[in-house]
Amino acid sequence: MNGPLSTATIVVALLLGIWYLIRSALNRAPGNTDLWAMLGLSALVAVLVVVAVVGLITGDRPSETTTFIGYLITTVAFAPVGFYLARLEPTRWGTLILGVACLVLPVLVLRLQQIAEATGG
Amino acid sequence: MAEPTPTHTRPRDAALGTGAGRVLLLVYGIFAVSAGARAGVQIATKFSEAPLAFLLSAFAALVYLAATIGLAVGGTRGRLIALTSCSIELVGVLVVGTLSVLDQEAFPDATVWSRFGSGYGYVPLVLPLIGLWWLWRNRPGDR
Repeated sequence: MNGPLSTATIVVALLLGIWYLIRSALNRAPGNTDLWAMLGLSALVAVLVVVAVVGLITGDRPSETTTFIGYLITTVAFAPVGFYLARLEPTRWGTLILGVACLVLPVLVLRLQQIAEATGG
Repeated sequence: MAEPTPTHTRPRDAALGTGAGRVLLLVYGIFAVSAGARAGVQIATKFSEAPLAFLLSAFAALVYLAATIGLAVGGTRGRLIALTSCSIELVGVLVVGTLSVLDQEAFPDATVWSRFGSGYGYVPLVLPLIGLWWLWRNRPGDR
């Protein structure tokens, strides 16, 4: 959970988030590039969550397994929901929705890391 | 014959009707869900450790939920709900924030409002202000 994949996800999400905030400030509706970028981030997050689930099955379980699984579900759903809502709102505010989603994702990944560190014995 | 009026008209100040309002609702919704889920887990698994903090979390979650709904529907009733819950949020984050800094014994486990919401990037401190600003900007009789 604390490998380079998590770090990459956090960095990509933050960069994309800043990009969307700038685009929204410049009054741009989400374009094709923006939406594809969000799908790319969704795929990256999905890989991260799959790795975490495999870890749950094969390795040590965090002491708060239920919370961990709850966070995993939220995390994997977050970017696609942002994508869906941004499609519904083809204005600058749709771009801001993408930005908010991208800035919340690193928090979710950090929480996952915190919970994963506390492994139950 | 008069024009048939549509049965379901959305009030003009409903946040659901504008893009900026939808973003506001998204953030409020995220907070309602995250505070609610956290409180639910805390109460279900370790309620006896800090009943006050956990009940406070649950209360905060309900207030966020009420604010989300009030802002979304708008109109007289929606505004009243939103105004009440945003005010409770603002008072809550200020009072609990101050108390948690002064007396850490009383709040051993973090709530959304502890230390002015620092665990949530201070968004709980800013969110009620944005909500109240939204209500002020969309106040009736000023168009």
